[in-house]
Amino acid sequence: MNASAPGSRLKAKRKLAEKLVEGLLFLLTLLACTMVVLIFAFVFREAAPLLKEERGEELGGLSELFVPKKWPGHESRFVWQPVATPPKVNILPLIFGSLKIALIALLFATPTALGAAIFVSRFLKQSLRKWVRLLIELWAAIPTVVLGVFALMVLAPFLQSLFGYHYRLNAMVAGLALGIALIPTLFALSEEALHEVPRELVEAALALGATTEQVIRRVVLPHALPGISAAMVLALGRALGETMIVLMSSGNAPVIDFRPTTSARTMTAAIAAELGEVVPQSLHWQILFFIGTLLFGISFALQRLSVWMLRRLRVEP
Amino acid sequence: MKLQPALSHIPYRMHPSHRLVLILVHVGFTLVLLAGCDSHARRKVVIRGSDTMVILVQRWAQAFMRAHPEISVQVAGGGTGTGIAALISGTADLASASRKISQKEYDEILAKHGKAPCEHVVAIDALTIYVHKSNPVSSLSLEQVAGIYRGLIRDWSEVGGIRQPIVAYGRESSSGTYAYFKERVLRGADFADEVQTLAGTAAIIAAVSTDPAGIGYGGVGYAKGVKALAIRLEDGQELMPSAEAAQSGTYPLARPLFFYSIGEAQGDIRRFIEFVRSLEGQSIAKASGFFEVPAIHNLRNSP
Repeated sequence: MNASAPGSRLKAKRKLAEKLVEGLLFLLTLLACTMVVLIFAFVFREAAPLLKEERGEELGGLSELFVPKKWPGHESRFVWQPVATPPKVNILPLIFGSLKIALIALLFATPTALGAAIFVSRFLKQSLRKWVRLLIELWAAIPTVVLGVFALMVLAPFLQSLFGYHYRLNAMVAGLALGIALIPTLFALSEEALHEVPRELVEAALALGATTEQVIRRVVLPHALPGISAAMVLALGRALGETMIVLMSSGNAPVIDFRPTTSARTMTAAIAAELGEVVPQSLHWQILFFIGTLLFGISFALQRLSVWMLRRLRVEP
Repeated sequence: MKLQPALSHIPYRMHPSHRLVLILVHVGFTLVLLAGCDSHARRKVVIRGSDTMVILVQRWAQAFMRAHPEISVQVAGGGTGTGIAALISGTADLASASRKISQKEYDEILAKHGKAPCEHVVAIDALTIYVHKSNPVSSLSLEQVAGIYRGLIRDWSEVGGIRQPIVAYGRESSSGTYAYFKERVLRGADFADEVQTLAGTAAIIAAVSTDPAGIGYGGVGYAKGVKALAIRLEDGQELMPSAEAAQSGTYPLARPLFFYSIGEAQGDIRRFIEFVRSLEGQSIAKASGFFEVPAIHNLRNSP
């Protein structure tokens, strides 16, 4: 009894310390979780008055944000001119602009990143692979404002001199610059997915006489598809949420135009550019926060979707 | 929970060099935080507001601080509305403004502080229309400018230029220049949806200087690398945004730039305004591309 006393005291002390640390970590986790909830609550609270239908003359109801309306002096029926009398607040041009630029970015970034990932995971020597990954991780560290300046000063004049289109700043320039920002994410995730394809599968296919091209197309890619799809969905979320690049290089004109070489204004750019001088609690303010709530919902949904895809589409070997 | 006993037997030892790095990082962050607190030691004047004026106000602040090292003048942009909002909430001592204070803002200051805002004219700006250097057009009437920005005039050949569709560049709706242009040039009408909006006058200059079809607007002080257009009046007279035309008020887009203080400016704030309006301050305004305040504006007035 006496002999074991110091030992048990030490144990009790250690237990107490463990409990303390555990409690502290729990508190920190709780803090992080509450912050997410609070941010969403704050954004939603500012937008909430919009949902009540009692705006009177200013706004007929939430439907006015989406339903086309003819204004004198405007050809389009979808007009975003919130600082005007009367304010014209159709947010479809903004949603359209976000999707247009995100789509262009994905169309450019996915094949590029996937091609690079296939090359690195299947053809590159193990020793070089490390260096390429490091380089691409470094690429991910480029601040988006730098990419924005690059798009504005280098990419835009270059592409215009190449194709000779009308608007120097347009959705294609923004989409390409945004694509550059997406490539590291897409590359890292799809490379990982490709790398996780079991060796036995590849070796079995090779043993059956498949060529390298057949192995990649018939064995490796199908097996890595869930991971690659999840990466694309995550990249889409990132593309919709990106602000600085599109703000600087898209021209920001709120038009609905399917040509890639016309301007587009995204939801994020509208918030960033307009919130600075909006009267708090005004209609314009509430609509900007409503757009914020939409963005929040979209990126949350996309994030869940990618997790679901990873889990459900996984091919069992 | 089951893992815990197993884990507790594996002692984790950090490599000494890693620990050193970690400690250095922490010490570094702490020092940075402490350094942030240091600025309380000096007396300070905080100025927020117009993006058009931010470079000018910074130059004034630098020259003023050279003469008065004990006072720190902090300058930030964000737009005229942001500056006046900061004045109302008490986070700025002076608001710089490229437009007059609105009645609503005036009332808010009066209600919150019990004193009326005091207006100080500190320089004159002439809103200038810029085009690309290769553009043969050298003057436009205000109606033509309005037509271009409302989307009614879409080709340079309609205003005497070569056959080429116009690309119009404008400012974001949060800028005082946007509001001024909308009121004075468009007479309250909407911009066309196709007008591209950029984040500042510098961005407009960058766009117009590289776009042969482009047109933009902004302060006269920024007009480098682009061609400034003359404004054609109804009697056919063509006015460049010059000092005489702006100060006499014949240039139709000349506008005074203001500081607003709460009540009569006192102490350091007053000293700064006096410096700005002195000969030295006004020559800085001139060197920055703005115009001096003519004697007629030298009365302090409130709306």
